[in-house]
Amino acid sequence: MISLFLKELFDRVNKGRLPYLIVLGHILAGSLLVYTQPRSNLAFLVLMTSFLSLYFFSTSIRFKLIVGTILALIIIPIVGVRNIFYLEVIFQISVFAALALGLNIVVGFAGLLDLGYVAFYAVGAYLWAFFGSQQFYVLHYAPGTQPSDLAFLLPGDAFYMFLLVGVVIAGLTGILLGLPVLRLRGDYLAIVTLGFGEVIRVLANNLDKPLNFTNGPQGITPIQRPTMPDIVVEWFNSVFGRVVGHHVSAADMYNLMFYIFALMVIIVIIFVTRRLDDSKIGRAWTAIREDETAAIAQGIPLVRMKLTAFAVGASFAGVMGVLLAASRTFISPESFSFMQSIGVLAMVILGGAGSIPGVILGAATVTILNLQVLQGFSLYLNELRQTNAVIPIINFAWKDLSPQLDPAKYQRMLFGLILVLMMIFRPAGLIPATRRKRELEMEDKN
Amino acid sequence: MIRFLKRINVYELIRPVGQLLAFSVGSAAFMSAIAISLALALDDTAVGASLMDKYNVSLFTYTMLNLPQVVIDGLTIGFVYAAIALGYTMVYGVLEFINFAHSEIFAVGAFVGVELLIALDGMGILAGASLGMAYAYLILAIILGMMAAGGLAVAVERIAYRPLRGMSRLVPLISAIGVSFLLVDVIRLVESLTSGQFNRIMPTFGNFDSRIIFGKIAMGTSNLTFGISVKSIIVIVSAVLMLVGLNYLVNATKVGKAMRAVAQDRPTASLMGINVNRIISLTFLVGGLLGGAAGVLYALKFTRIDPFVGFFPGLKAFTAAVLGGIGNMTGALLGGIVLGMLETFAGSYMGVFTMGAAGSEYKDIFAFSILILVLIFRPQGLMGKNVGQKA
Amino acid sequence: MVNRTKKLFTREEESMSLRRLSVFSMMVAAGMTLALCGSVGAAGKSIKIATQSPLSGDQSVVGVDIKRGAEMALEQLGGPLKEMGFKIDLAPYDDQANPDTGVANAKRIVADPAVLAVVGHYNSGVQIPSSEVYHSSGLVNVSPANTNPTVTTRGYLEVNRIVGRDDVQGVVGADFAVAKGVKTAFVVHDKTAYGQGIAEFFKKKAEENGIKVLGYEGTEEKANFDALLSPVVAGNPDLVYFGGMFSQAAVLFKQARERGYEGIFLSDDGFGSSDATKIGGKALISGGGTFYSTVSGPASIYPGAAKFSQDFQAKYKASPQPFAVQGYDSMAISLKAIENAAKANNNQVPSREAVAKAVRDLKEFKGLTGTFTFNKIGDPEKALYFVLQVKSPDPAKWDENEIVQTLEIAPPK
Repeated sequence: MISLFLKELFDRVNKGRLPYLIVLGHILAGSLLVYTQPRSNLAFLVLMTSFLSLYFFSTSIRFKLIVGTILALIIIPIVGVRNIFYLEVIFQISVFAALALGLNIVVGFAGLLDLGYVAFYAVGAYLWAFFGSQQFYVLHYAPGTQPSDLAFLLPGDAFYMFLLVGVVIAGLTGILLGLPVLRLRGDYLAIVTLGFGEVIRVLANNLDKPLNFTNGPQGITPIQRPTMPDIVVEWFNSVFGRVVGHHVSAADMYNLMFYIFALMVIIVIIFVTRRLDDSKIGRAWTAIREDETAAIAQGIPLVRMKLTAFAVGASFAGVMGVLLAASRTFISPESFSFMQSIGVLAMVILGGAGSIPGVILGAATVTILNLQVLQGFSLYLNELRQTNAVIPIINFAWKDLSPQLDPAKYQRMLFGLILVLMMIFRPAGLIPATRRKRELEMEDKN
Repeated sequence: MIRFLKRINVYELIRPVGQLLAFSVGSAAFMSAIAISLALALDDTAVGASLMDKYNVSLFTYTMLNLPQVVIDGLTIGFVYAAIALGYTMVYGVLEFINFAHSEIFAVGAFVGVELLIALDGMGILAGASLGMAYAYLILAIILGMMAAGGLAVAVERIAYRPLRGMSRLVPLISAIGVSFLLVDVIRLVESLTSGQFNRIMPTFGNFDSRIIFGKIAMGTSNLTFGISVKSIIVIVSAVLMLVGLNYLVNATKVGKAMRAVAQDRPTASLMGINVNRIISLTFLVGGLLGGAAGVLYALKFTRIDPFVGFFPGLKAFTAAVLGGIGNMTGALLGGIVLGMLETFAGSYMGVFTMGAAGSEYKDIFAFSILILVLIFRPQGLMGKNVGQKA
Repeated sequence: MVNRTKKLFTREEESMSLRRLSVFSMMVAAGMTLALCGSVGAAGKSIKIATQSPLSGDQSVVGVDIKRGAEMALEQLGGPLKEMGFKIDLAPYDDQANPDTGVANAKRIVADPAVLAVVGHYNSGVQIPSSEVYHSSGLVNVSPANTNPTVTTRGYLEVNRIVGRDDVQGVVGADFAVAKGVKTAFVVHDKTAYGQGIAEFFKKKAEENGIKVLGYEGTEEKANFDALLSPVVAGNPDLVYFGGMFSQAAVLFKQARERGYEGIFLSDDGFGSSDATKIGGKALISGGGTFYSTVSGPASIYPGAAKFSQDFQAKYKASPQPFAVQGYDSMAISLKAIENAAKANNNQVPSREAVAKAVRDLKEFKGLTGTFTFNKIGDPEKALYFVLQVKSPDPAKWDENEIVQTLEIAPPK
């Protein structure tokens, strides 16, 4: 009943000039709230959901692009510099959105369940970590025993070149992995890719003898970043200084810079994905996903198409890995565990496999849930426990709530629930892929 | 009584034992042959020299003298993997679906068994128990673990898999992954609410820790003893009993025939009057029983369990099932034993053969690499039938 | 009634916009309810101390107890600050042993002006990037468990630790082995930054002193050490060193004894928990004995530590894990520093720089695990190291472990 009512409301409202007002109002409200209440979770969510309203309400494409650009390039940076936690959340959303888009190609478009996707991410990250740090000169030292005054192999600005190198190397790794395993059926493929993900993690953890390539579990640090010219810092301060309220340091500008890079990478990825989706390759992938035997019968070169999917997906992850290594200046094998692979899979599934806005939404939702909402809920519960407050109706004192019931501790439960519930109730995801929609609309007409 | 005895299909009882024996001996011989030839090849190189320097014995001698113990260890863990692998393979055979959550079913069985024993220990019963009673308590723990695991498996199937039957392959698979993650944290939650502890430790009682020594060999400056602990014997014997029992169930009873029918052709089976849903639930139940028992045995052998105990054994057991040919029970047995052997040989010898460059850190991915190699050249696994691609 | 088989990516009969809207409203509703939490504003004289440790995942067994130790310290030692009129709260964060989460939490912590100190982390791999965030906003970080030298060699004013570094503790172990007349050793570690870090330095120093290291292996295996033990037992070294936590060490030692190894066992301060005897039992006192190096002395030298164990047991119904007592001390140091800084600030909430300086200005702070003065880079000056021997297979008698050697070592410059 409620959904019907809401549908009516939405349709009534979604005409003429009203959407423009609603979207603008939403953005304005969000920005003001975040500006005045920099630490409020609610304000942040209002601002983030304004992206959603920008997407859903029917406004002209030009409007969406212009407003989106202002939102992403002006409002978010200002907000982010006022509260660096938000910028971090947004940066992580961007990184995971790129990863989810890459996995989307493999799982969503081509229908290949890859459970070790994080391996390509690790390849990209360790690539820059090795070349952009002192690790080349540490090759003969056992991890932890190296002196700290060694030289760096490459200057920090080589990072830009390595973004491309990362694409290529990760893509090659995807092809290398794909070649032997793509003849396998879906279930076998899942296990083998899981194994491969673990192999990469174990290698990252163990390639510290006889030659110290990865520095083992201690990770590689410091990794260089591209230089930030002082002119840029001063320009930003002169233009936005008053709005931000305090002097913006070079460190903050680095955060912004990497956020902008991540945005740029995502835009390129979205462009590439869209073009692939609407091309011969994309249709070949759909054919493979739906029925492999029929696809072969149609003359689709199965292995080559699958390899392409793997390679493209892997290259997205690789480029993000390079970005991650440079932004953190530190890389360790702990970032590349099986949990991460499943996390990215959960994002794709939640958002809608095969759908670009879907997986971006999925990435945003899972990241915000994991970093902000769960943690915030748990902090809130913790504060309640330290007071004398009582739940009204059942008169249960918050103090007595077992300290074990701490929502932030149960991240796996969250991922698991997402996967199971989505599969049972909504396997197409939050925003299903449009290709299916088109096909099913055709079915309905007939 | 005689009539009952006559109805028992003795062949089906002997056959699996014979298979297990063949697999054990065969894989042991195969791995030993590889190890020995490697040792012979490397004996005169730098590898042999470095070993001589450290252990004061030639590579060949070292390999030979350690073989018996390595083989015994490999068999023990191989049987554990085989027992878990059967759960995966049975469900796959009937539903063509990988039950990712099986690793947590294994963990739940382990936890229930261990909690029971800890409770008994807390009441002071275990400390003074006689040998016979100790075994009785152990069997009680195993049975309880089995029941819990079996029940959980059936519940999971009902709630998370049955609504998804008939959808494309990816959907129930993803749901299974979700259930697996969910169960890990549920175990953690329950444990932290009840006992507040993360690690649960199997109490010591009975003669399980004692070791039966087969022999002593002098090697270099040390004396090698090789023998088998009572725990390992219990694990192997229980695993064999379970495997024989399962094999009998599937191959020599009417219910087993129904299970095989559903695995072969589900629509036709239901036309034949088989209640497919019930058979599927039964399959999950049996798989869960096996997994739960394997869990308690694992806890017995390795003393300490925590909520994450299911992940690696489950993954390796699944690798074993795929290695042997998934959907094929004999394949699961073979795969488990082979994988256990591979892993143990790799862990024991790699450090020495590579002069310390790659040690037992790599034993897990060694097993994975072997899996990938086997699947490249023989995608249906070692014993699998070459079934055509189904969409 | 033919049951139409559903396929993946199918959609239900509702229209597109309805689902979109329900998605939208679902998100907004959920977001609003959950996000309302966290809008709690900071009052005038409110101080928070944050903790970051792994509360989920397989390292949570230690991370949770670090948080609990800190919590207990806040309860027991928060009196003076409360009397000055402040409201002090604990803000526990879960870094999930993941650098990304740790950094995100760090930024959140830093954005909250009421937080004046952070007790954390457990994993050096999480501490190092997170402390970059603490450093850029001047927030002081007292670490109860990070032993990687890189944590302090960066020379940040804000970063301090109360545990010994890998390059000292490994050396302590090696010196002990030499003193025991050990000629051959086998080194095992758990492939974490902590365990491998210490094991590397043990190996290095042991080899420098003429001990032959028969093998150096890492393992992520938690239970099945059969394969690893074959070369160990075959080599029959005088000593087996394990770098890592007791939950693996005790299992390894027990299995080694079962296979007939009779030599000495040596481990690091990750062994310091009575649960080690629960797992290992008699295996730990037979043969050559079991020793471990640590900065937390036994109850005989630090009676406060025994009281800590008792209070911990009473409050949380479990015995404390390694580093729980260090969590207590880290919180105690933070509280004292805040107190000093507040007093210097006319009983007003001090600034973060003031607190960071106050931590460094502390002289001879008496904690449960030692007396602390921090040097220029944040390492404790002259840490006192003990090598303890396990004396009884009864977990209740853990405090009776005997001191076999005591060393006072200054950290490297």
